Amino acid sequence: MSAVMQEAAPQGAAAMVEVEGLRKQFRVRGAGFGAPAKVVHAVSGVSFSLQAGQTLGIVGESGCGKSTLARLLMGLIPADDGRVSIAGANLSQDAASLKALRRRMQMVFQDSFASLNPRLTIEDAIMFGPRVHGVPPDEARARCHRLLERVGLDPARFAGRYPHEVSGGQRQRVNIARALALQPQVVLFDESVSALDKSVEIQVLNLLRDLKEEFGLTYLFISHDLNVVQYISDVVMVMYLGKVVEIGPAEVLYERPAHPYTRALLASMPSMDPQRRTLQAPISGDPPSPIDPPSGCRFRTRCPHAAPVCGEREPALVDAQSGGARAACHLLDTASGHPLAGKELS
Amino acid sequence: MSTTVSPIALPAAAAAVTPGYWSQVLRRLLRDPVSVLCLVVLAAIVCGAVFAPWLAPGDPTVGSVIKRLKPVGTPGHLLGTDELGRDMLTRLLYGGRVSLLMGTVPVALALLIGGALGMVAGFAGGRVNAVIMRATDVLFAFPSVLLAVAIAGALGAGVGNTLLALTIVLIPPILRVAESATTQVRALDFIEAARATGADDFTILRVHVFSNVIGPVFVYATSLLSVAIIMAAGLSFIGLGAKPPTPEWGLMLNTLRNALYSQPLLAALPGVLIFAVSLCFNLLADGLRSAMEVR
Repeated sequence: MSAVMQEAAPQGAAAMVEVEGLRKQFRVRGAGFGAPAKVVHAVSGVSFSLQAGQTLGIVGESGCGKSTLARLLMGLIPADDGRVSIAGANLSQDAASLKALRRRMQMVFQDSFASLNPRLTIEDAIMFGPRVHGVPPDEARARCHRLLERVGLDPARFAGRYPHEVSGGQRQRVNIARALALQPQVVLFDESVSALDKSVEIQVLNLLRDLKEEFGLTYLFISHDLNVVQYISDVVMVMYLGKVVEIGPAEVLYERPAHPYTRALLASMPSMDPQRRTLQAPISGDPPSPIDPPSGCRFRTRCPHAAPVCGEREPALVDAQSGGARAACHLLDTASGHPLAGKELS
Repeated sequence: MSTTVSPIALPAAAAAVTPGYWSQVLRRLLRDPVSVLCLVVLAAIVCGAVFAPWLAPGDPTVGSVIKRLKPVGTPGHLLGTDELGRDMLTRLLYGGRVSLLMGTVPVALALLIGGALGMVAGFAGGRVNAVIMRATDVLFAFPSVLLAVAIAGALGAGVGNTLLALTIVLIPPILRVAESATTQVRALDFIEAARATGADDFTILRVHVFSNVIGPVFVYATSLLSVAIIMAAGLSFIGLGAKPPTPEWGLMLNTLRNALYSQPLLAALPGVLIFAVSLCFNLLADGLRSAMEVR
């Protein structure tokens, strides 16, 4: 797989998904009577671009803004600031253009049961999207049956069933068929395989790979499971407290992680090889609250290499010396003033 | 398949689904002996009311001075006669028409209005929700019977006004149930998935919210039928419902109360019917609730 990054692509070549400075804050009521409202910084300036046909894996701990990012990308919640464009078209909150854009990008949710209406049969659930977009009933039904067959469910047996009458893995296949029913170019998976059994998970992942080839899809794959992300992604983006800390080609990022947080995350990934022992201490504790994120580098409170400069200035995404990845850490910038900057860390 | 005027119309989806679930519910309901008994009793009373002109032995408004307050079992008057010598069986059959009408129509209207408003309030949330729910709370502040009496009193007696008064009284509780059911459904992922397809609010409300809210709201409305029957009879009893020559169970209960000592069985008959109908509706609502619970 070629390491296609935004800088690797020639300027002007349209990316399938382009995100610039995306920002979202939520207001929450303070604790106690009359307490001032607090602001949760869920997504704070996320930018990336993704070429057609690639898979971007988005990883991070719970609460790092992955799901908020998904909802922002889908236009389900309005962004405070920033720009999302899909296949060159801007995602705006204007209803008509939003509806047209919906067809290009679809989403598969984590909870396979909650994301299907319990009162609709599988067939009706899949047909809903195409019908909304004016596809005649017969054609929508035919498309639904083709897709059910494609995701490995016999339409004759499954079309008339209700969601509670099929297993979790089958339900997630239904959700995939539903997402594909609108013939999108981009599909976003928000922890879509996390709730499945390991054996079912790999079947679904292989199905996703096949579907991507067959329909020429571009994937955004959100997960907390580093193994799954490594398996399916071309490019991986690591998020921490609403910010991108590192983004790069999967093989580079997994081999030579540049950011201390990425290293810690990878260190906490259990290896299948007993000879390959974890040398670095896995990350400890919980991430700080996104209500009051640390100044400067948001990871500094848990970073083993934190220096005074980390609390003063926020690191920008820079090319890591180790390869094609880009990471936001003062250690990588010799001009940052960090005492260990530019030095090889153990 | 009906031809669709706009791309958002989805008659196929709604039509294909509802029978599947509801026929299952009906099958389960018919397996419950209590519900079946209630259905039979109610069907008999409703048939009696509907076919009163053919079933009744006499005229409900024509009496005879010499045949007043005959006991139950008098030849020619199977259930006796009332204080004006009118045949009781005839009046009970005809009375069912007005009583059942005053019990069911307000519930149906309140289900329509309260259900729709509740779904809108629950789905829209925010300011729309606040306006609708606070307005409902104002109606809720009054005890329901008192409110019905006040409205019926202000509008004047008569069947139409009673219907209106009862409808107004029944809207708030149904609205609340619909609102809370909608609020629960709204938070589920499938609503968000529907939004992600680009469906507008009305379509989501009609296809995805309605199919999940109608169950609990309908069961609740069934349980209100008994309340409505009793309230309608109560309004007539105190002279705010049906007007005198009209045969109506609550009104009959009132006019016969002077005969309570001389002909207690006779005087109790309308009350027995009110009780039977309201009990049957209540038990039926219970049966329906358990029939719908199974997923």
